[in-house]
Amino acid sequence: MEKIQIDIAIVGAGGAGLRAAIALAESDPNLRIALLSKVYPMRSHTCAAEGGAAGVIKGDDSLDLHFSDTVGGGDWLCDQDAVEYFINEAPKELTQLEHWGCPWSREPDGSVAVRPFGGMKIKRTWFAADKSGFHILHTLFQTSLQYPSIRRFDEFYTTDLLVEDGRCQGCTAIEMSTGLMYQFQAKSVIVCTGGAGRIFSFTTNGAIKTGDGMALAFRAGVALKDMEFVQYHPTGLPGTGILLTEGCRGEGGILVNKHGYRYLQDYGMGPEPPLGEPVLKTMELGPRDRLCQAFWHEQRKGNTVSTQWGDCVHLDLRHLGEKKINERLPFVRDLSISYVGKDPVHDLIPIRPVVHYMMGGIHTDINAATTMPGLYAAGECACVSINGANRLGSNSLTELLVFGKRAALNAIEYISSGGKDVDDAAVTKLANEAQGRITTLFQKSNGTETISGLRKEMTDTMEQGAGIYRTEESLKETCNKLNELRSRFSAVELNDKSNVFNTDLFSALELGAMLDVAETVAVGALERKESRGSHQRLDHTQRDDNNYLKHTVAYHDKTDPPRIDYLDVVITKSKPGVRDYSGDKK
Amino acid sequence: MSERQVEVEILRYDPETDQAPKLQSYSVPCQEEWVVLDAITYIKDHIDTTVSFRWSCHMAVCGSCGMMVNGEPALSCKSFLRDYPDKIRIEPLAHFPIVRDLVVQLDDFMEKLNRVKPYIIPKEKKSVSDGQHKQSPAQLKAFKQYTLCINCTLCYAACPQYGLVPDFIGPAAMALAHRYNLDSRDGGREQRQEVVATDEGVWECSFVGACSEVCPKQVDPAGAIQQMKIASTVDWYKEHLMPWSKP
Amino acid sequence: MSGKAYIREMPKTTWWLSHSRYRRYVAREVTCIPIGIYTAVLIWGLMRLSQGAAAWEGFIEALNSPLSILFHLVAFVFAVVHTISWFNVTPSAMRVQIGEDFAPGAVIIGAHYTGWVVVSLIVLFMAGV
Repeated sequence: MEKIQIDIAIVGAGGAGLRAAIALAESDPNLRIALLSKVYPMRSHTCAAEGGAAGVIKGDDSLDLHFSDTVGGGDWLCDQDAVEYFINEAPKELTQLEHWGCPWSREPDGSVAVRPFGGMKIKRTWFAADKSGFHILHTLFQTSLQYPSIRRFDEFYTTDLLVEDGRCQGCTAIEMSTGLMYQFQAKSVIVCTGGAGRIFSFTTNGAIKTGDGMALAFRAGVALKDMEFVQYHPTGLPGTGILLTEGCRGEGGILVNKHGYRYLQDYGMGPEPPLGEPVLKTMELGPRDRLCQAFWHEQRKGNTVSTQWGDCVHLDLRHLGEKKINERLPFVRDLSISYVGKDPVHDLIPIRPVVHYMMGGIHTDINAATTMPGLYAAGECACVSINGANRLGSNSLTELLVFGKRAALNAIEYISSGGKDVDDAAVTKLANEAQGRITTLFQKSNGTETISGLRKEMTDTMEQGAGIYRTEESLKETCNKLNELRSRFSAVELNDKSNVFNTDLFSALELGAMLDVAETVAVGALERKESRGSHQRLDHTQRDDNNYLKHTVAYHDKTDPPRIDYLDVVITKSKPGVRDYSGDKK
Repeated sequence: MSERQVEVEILRYDPETDQAPKLQSYSVPCQEEWVVLDAITYIKDHIDTTVSFRWSCHMAVCGSCGMMVNGEPALSCKSFLRDYPDKIRIEPLAHFPIVRDLVVQLDDFMEKLNRVKPYIIPKEKKSVSDGQHKQSPAQLKAFKQYTLCINCTLCYAACPQYGLVPDFIGPAAMALAHRYNLDSRDGGREQRQEVVATDEGVWECSFVGACSEVCPKQVDPAGAIQQMKIASTVDWYKEHLMPWSKP
Repeated sequence: MSGKAYIREMPKTTWWLSHSRYRRYVAREVTCIPIGIYTAVLIWGLMRLSQGAAAWEGFIEALNSPLSILFHLVAFVFAVVHTISWFNVTPSAMRVQIGEDFAPGAVIIGAHYTGWVVVSLIVLFMAGV
């Protein structure tokens, strides 16, 4: 097995991984950096983010407002020290991206423009038309090319973290084009592998978002935190689950039910403002969790439109006019015409809530450090936690910048404090064991289960039992099912026996990761007997601050369901209150 | 929803067992609204799990799933079955070496992308604390189109020049060089000219225009290359006819 | 990386037959051949002119042959096709930004046609037509 000795390995080359890599290379050109990813960096799912990134920049805005929008939006499950750090760093990071060439949309005077997003008191979302994530990712990737010390390992699938003496000392990864396993000996590892939306059947997430990094850390003994909080996005295209950005509503789009009625006013987000005059933090500019819950109720009331793809409501952008749509939402127009045959300039667009983002992830502190020395995490795969029970739209793109950099700087500090040498013999032994597990999977015969079959059963049970609204019964069923699937997974046999780009093998590894991650979502949700943010229980409809103003932490167990524990939420200046999205008119 | 039986032929190649690629045919029950990628994932999930291909976003922005669909480079996630006959031939992107099945080797493209220095080489040093650059909407629009490249490499598969002369830097990489040259924040054109205004660069392009025709994001790399040719020509005349004009 | 990637060689001489797009391109390129020959004829004429009246008249005589007229007709048609095909691609090669927006393609193409007409008129005027 080839051995690659570096100082810091980054697993995942999306927004967070690239930001971390650049921060490392800038800090010390002599650092040996390995940037591993199972896809080429520009394929990472950061590219699919559309609406924009939040950061206080305009004179009428303030850090306090960004703080309260974030903490209230997160239903007070955010760690407020982390939020404070985050909002302070946000404008710097977005400006840094501006210097690196990100084509932010501009005001006539040449300054960066901002747009409103849901749950914001003041508009503060920097955007690059409706391809903000795409431009952020490509700007970071292209910027990273000027640093020769960033050694990229594109299309390397990371299989295990190498943990010796309680410290993370590297990882093993398979070069996908050859099937060869490599051992990366590193003094520190930063995990930036994104979310796990693929554990659900209807998601905006790309095929690669299978929670690999979450599972890596989880299996290595690090907790996954607040996994039960899964964000649905209110405006996904039916059928494909393709995202239509919240920017649609930020620019003034409205949601109507089958009667053409703006139903959000019936769910505590009214009163309805006149068309074309959106009021911030009300109605369509309410938070994502509330909007999705409103859809669920409309569906039960029979107010949704039935389409060939199932029940929908309508997103109406027609009053924005062709010019504005072309300028601000060109991608939305393109996607809508192509995938549902509706031109937003002339037609109503059918939409429905769709799984979008994991608030939970690898448990890290404010330094992006996990509880395991040497192991850091940033981006969607991590939970710092600034997103609490429901992420404020446009905080995630900023988060991957702020905490990608933070992870990098802290990893440098960690390795420079001495005594972090890799134990070659011990780590090589671990790597060989990891190789052995892959070989076993590879050579197994007489399997009775298929990857696609198990995957379908997993996504179905997640959708049915752990969706927008949950009950004890539905969650128990899902937990049992997942436990069963996890044991059936050992009966999977690969049909593909080639060493070259064996996607059968990688699908199997991804499925294994997803099953582990899915179980933390379901078990966490079952144990949280309250309703908060995106976690809504029909049998426990109220928020319960006495018992559940706490982070859920889930620990891995090889055979049994994850063990659940709780951690206190860091509250500095905002005591839990009422989330009010009815505007100033009471 | 109506179902339709489509015969999907896929060019298969596994270097461990095959001397050369060969077509393999699958009969796939397709939904009317499916894209070509859906048919291929159906094959992978239900008929033959050994088919290898790349895909992720399913919304034409990650650039993974470029393939030759009936001889034409296309993103399979945005190629609707309704636009194709009942028999579809899928091959890996032309002009690239085949790693396995529909997976092609991108090393050459990645190297070329790197070579054109596709990042801001600042006109003047500015730190984050100095705040943002002013850039008018007009200045943004001057290069915006060329920022839209998703690196799907369909243009390389369409460009006969790249097929014939593999040293050609090619459409996408040069469009990106042009994008940074046109950015009001950038001062790196001269450095990029060393790579771009060469025989392997703009002068290898004979303006077939295929790259722009197949580009799924309307980047128009052919236009970018012609603009760079004109600018390089102007440079040459300035240098030879008006040597005093050189700064 | 894996050393056994399969390389599909492009046929060096017949590649352009494989796709209508390439055939169109080759056709566009081929139209320049008669234009090139026409230019050679023109230069030959200039040479004859410099050699005195008799030589020049011989040249004019030669131009009057049916074969020559046919060639000039063909060259003219090809020149027109060549010109139109190039004018059509000028908007992407020569972008003109006025304020925020780019001048529409039709304007840029139109400007080329206008220039063509103007130059032709000047030539005709100088020729005394």
